[in-house]
Amino acid sequence: MNKRRPYVRPMDGWWRRNPFFVEYMIHEGTALFVAAYAGILLNGLLHLSRGEAAWNVWLEGLKNPLYIAFHVLALVAISYHTYTWFKIMPRTMPPVIVGGKRLPDGAITGGGLAVAAAASLVLLLAVWGMAR
Amino acid sequence: MSENQRTIEIEVLRYHPEKDKVPYQQVFQVPFTDDMSVLQGVQYIKDYLDGSLSFRWSCRMAICGSCGMMINGEPSLSCETFLRDYYPARVRVEALAHFPIERDLVINMEGFIEKLESIQPYIIPKEKRTLEQGEYLQTPEQLNAYEQFSSCINCMLCYAACPQFGLNPEFIGPGAMALLHRYNVDSRDGGKAERMELVASEEGVFHCTAVGYCSEVCPKHVDPANAVNQNKTNAAADYFLRFLAPKGGAK
Amino acid sequence: MKRTLKRSNAPIFWALFGAGGMLSALLGPMLVLITGIAVPLGLLLPADTMSYANMLAFSQNVIGKGFILAIIALFLWHAAHRIFHSLHDIGIHAGIGAKLLCYGGAMLGTLFAAYSLLAIGF
Repeated sequence: MNKRRPYVRPMDGWWRRNPFFVEYMIHEGTALFVAAYAGILLNGLLHLSRGEAAWNVWLEGLKNPLYIAFHVLALVAISYHTYTWFKIMPRTMPPVIVGGKRLPDGAITGGGLAVAAAASLVLLLAVWGMAR
Repeated sequence: MSENQRTIEIEVLRYHPEKDKVPYQQVFQVPFTDDMSVLQGVQYIKDYLDGSLSFRWSCRMAICGSCGMMINGEPSLSCETFLRDYYPARVRVEALAHFPIERDLVINMEGFIEKLESIQPYIIPKEKRTLEQGEYLQTPEQLNAYEQFSSCINCMLCYAACPQFGLNPEFIGPGAMALLHRYNVDSRDGGKAERMELVASEEGVFHCTAVGYCSEVCPKHVDPANAVNQNKTNAAADYFLRFLAPKGGAK
Repeated sequence: MKRTLKRSNAPIFWALFGAGGMLSALLGPMLVLITGIAVPLGLLLPADTMSYANMLAFSQNVIGKGFILAIIALFLWHAAHRIFHSLHDIGIHAGIGAKLLCYGGAMLGTLFAAYSLLAIGF
């Protein structure tokens, strides 16, 4: 008789087994804030399409301390998404060869973060310019 | 030697399919010296404390890839992990995660071997050359493109680090993808299109959620996560461009 | 012997996830700061930055429309993909149900956004 009986260990709670996985779940969790923020913008757009009175109701609503608190949390969460997005980037993109040498991971992450900072500044200036 | 000798507790996950329904922990008191690896600790247990303990090992120098274990929950080669780094705490040793346990620290690797075969891990020549035409030449740049991925020693630590493999054992997984990529980016190889069927399939690269832990634990710095994720891009290109490219096109 | 392999449709969702992930990584924090904190609290930017007149003009512009749609839709598809995988990660293999909820939600949001932008006119 075959005595083999391979034992398969359960996966329950695997993300709590290792700090690396805990961090992974946290950065995946930032998606909840991205979704909620997109939902708020979508709601604003729906109000905008219904005229000035409706838009102003939505705009006033943003001043609610609960909304402000949510946006502060969302700012932290989505900034963390930005950081982790570029941190994993050296693993997700093809190698970049510069002058016959492979660009180090830190340069890719740093470059991505620099582009994000520049894009944010451009966005801020564009909004400021349009509003003036 | 004996004056530097200390005693460390090694907790081993035991499982004997003939008598155990589920694995259980067993603690051994192991005398050790500063130069002893976890593998040597486990060997001490087998030689002096309990001869029934089963585990795989061979080279003792991080080349053969046989002695992978979970050491305090981290996939590690037990031959290059040292007891002194855990003392005075207890060190926990367990069979590689996500694989079925055959017995004690021995896992069932049949699934991995099948995956390894399925990626066609050999050069499928781009152009057949006769003996008279001579050898295939390669520049240092062409070697650089794949050398890192050819360092894989099939130790399966990356699989033990991959929760997506744990959740979906049919996922082709990091190690096999690293080797598939090694051949795909070899200038002598022309098998990329042939291997694409597997890459783009439901067992292929898209189970990966870019956790990245596989590349952290790789003892040979192969960066399997990079191989998997580059092939997501390749598979996506194949998916969207397949109607444009002529049949059999590599893209 | 060869297994029969089925081509995965994941590239569609993966591409949307990636595009949304990149867009939210580049612009997400600043957008939240502007629309959710600076404007409601009257900081940093002119008081009428998001006035009806300004936002109407922006959303009637073709480039403005494209920007609004890209932000809302891609953020939603990015989040939907991550949340769908996270549900699987924590052991909720709701399969078709979870898929419908996540990607269906993103699709619905995209359609609502496109509809609103059309309703606003040019």
